[in-house]
Amino acid sequence: MEIRRKAQAGTMQSSDMMVFVEPAQELTIEIESTVVKQFGHLIRQRIEGKLQQLDVRSGRIRVSDRGALDYAIDARVETAIARAAEE
Amino acid sequence: MARTSLGRWIPETFDGRLCRPYQDPFSLQPMGQRATRALRRVNPGHNKVMANLTEAILAAGLKDGMTISTHHHLRNGDALLNMVVRAIHALGIQDITIASSSVHPVHAELLPYIHSGTIRAFECGVNGLIGEMASKGEIRCPITVRTHGGRARALMSGEVRVDVAFIAAPCCDPFGNMNGIAGPSACGSLGYATLDADYAETVIAVTDYLQPYPVAPISIAQTQVDYVVAVESLGDPQKIVSTTTRTTTDPIGLMIAGYAAEVIEASGLLKDGFSFQTGSGGTSLAVADRLRDKMLAAGIKGSFGSGGITGYFVDMLEQGLFRTLFDVQCFDLQAVRSIGSNPGHVEIGADMYANPFNGGAIVNQLDVVILGATEVDVDFNVNVNTESNGYLLHNTGGHSDTAAGAKLSIITVPSIRGRLPIIRDAVTTITTPGETIDVIVTERGIAVNDRHSDLKEELLRRHLPVKDIRELQQEIVALTGQPKPLEFEDDVIAVIEYRDGSIIDCVRRVKA
Repeated sequence: MEIRRKAQAGTMQSSDMMVFVEPAQELTIEIESTVVKQFGHLIRQRIEGKLQQLDVRSGRIRVSDRGALDYAIDARVETAIARAAEE
Repeated sequence: MARTSLGRWIPETFDGRLCRPYQDPFSLQPMGQRATRALRRVNPGHNKVMANLTEAILAAGLKDGMTISTHHHLRNGDALLNMVVRAIHALGIQDITIASSSVHPVHAELLPYIHSGTIRAFECGVNGLIGEMASKGEIRCPITVRTHGGRARALMSGEVRVDVAFIAAPCCDPFGNMNGIAGPSACGSLGYATLDADYAETVIAVTDYLQPYPVAPISIAQTQVDYVVAVESLGDPQKIVSTTTRTTTDPIGLMIAGYAAEVIEASGLLKDGFSFQTGSGGTSLAVADRLRDKMLAAGIKGSFGSGGITGYFVDMLEQGLFRTLFDVQCFDLQAVRSIGSNPGHVEIGADMYANPFNGGAIVNQLDVVILGATEVDVDFNVNVNTESNGYLLHNTGGHSDTAAGAKLSIITVPSIRGRLPIIRDAVTTITTPGETIDVIVTERGIAVNDRHSDLKEELLRRHLPVKDIRELQQEIVALTGQPKPLEFEDDVIAVIEYRDGSIIDCVRRVKA
């Protein structure tokens, strides 16, 4: 999928995540998280996996995480990308 | 370095005091006599009222290196400790140790005075930013964390000597008789301040509601008080007591509360004479709510409720479900109203509440206590002091005291908080030893300490979701992933004192 425009998904509640995406030349992922020390590596891995699965090759991905579990990360990333891919 | 029986490495000394490593909850024997203070004489015509705090501080003879205290019944609405430290700073007095009963987030205002050297150390636990800054190494200020009973013990034994106690007195007369039931800063019980009144070398009552002599009922008497100061305001009434405390509406919290109530019923302790303590958190109150229903349905008359008292307990007293409330601190307005009017609602001091070194504390008479945790581990040890980021953020309160005293101590805790698995191989900091914890209740299952095989069987017979604690832990980590362990520097920023004065753990600076 292609990121055509700015979009977002999620909430800032505990155990959830806000995902912001926008078009860019390169693919970058920025992570801010309440549990970055403990889980930063796993959050990045999960987002990278999801982007690969959705075939996203470029765009600026920013997440503000409040301790989302893997399935919540998947859902928020997928929704943000789907919204950004709309014409 | 010395090693506790639970395998924690602690320093040989901390802030100039020898650290005795924790061994077990019950065998350490006290030695010696109670602390004393000088006799005094007040003749007819003597005036105790000082024009302001500064005059009272000078009259008390406060000097560099001395120790002061306040009590924390005004909680996060307290203005007194900040006011006192500002006055001490203005007088140029340095190296003061603060031995209050607790310190709250509102006291983050003290940070500049730690930097400036006005404050040297805390002989008490801290809630909020001060502990976080110490954990990050941004302030240097030794912190000795104590339980409520442990603080009573330390004052009574003279391990902590308070030179000047500043007692926030919500309703006070010019001769120093005071109570907490009237005035704009009414907080109810003054239970933590009674120790300061008994043992501090000089006692200053500070009030924003000076009433004609005599004030009654009397919580702390004129015989204990040296000076009286009237100030405009002791704090923010909105933050002193909650208008109401409510049960949780969170489905996870309700599920945990439901299981906890079932555990209590299965324990066989819920019968006439039942005694119970719980905090003011939403899940704890939901447990109290379910117990009330069970007691009403079965016609059970309990004996007492204790600790921090909420409107829930007041209702149970008024419904005849408890004969007595032992109140060391009021959590809401209904409790404040009740302590001034219900004869069965008894104000108690921290000594009677929880001190291990007296003729027997109320916690020893408790059947059941419901407690919280930031983390627990597979040995049932509990952490309430540090968060999973390693920062010292919470004081112990009566956690270890009630866990040691009660027949059944139950930890109610969600299995996951913001992705962090709550059951760990080893807690970041041991506050309360697993030997004194009986059951851990989460929404994913109930873990029972091996010492209670009878209870475990009874819970299984009742088809409650009993799980081995390691099994429960694995189930949780399968969802969250394995967190990276925190990294710490070697320097110790705080020691965690067990209620008997031994050191059960310490808190190290977190690696940046």
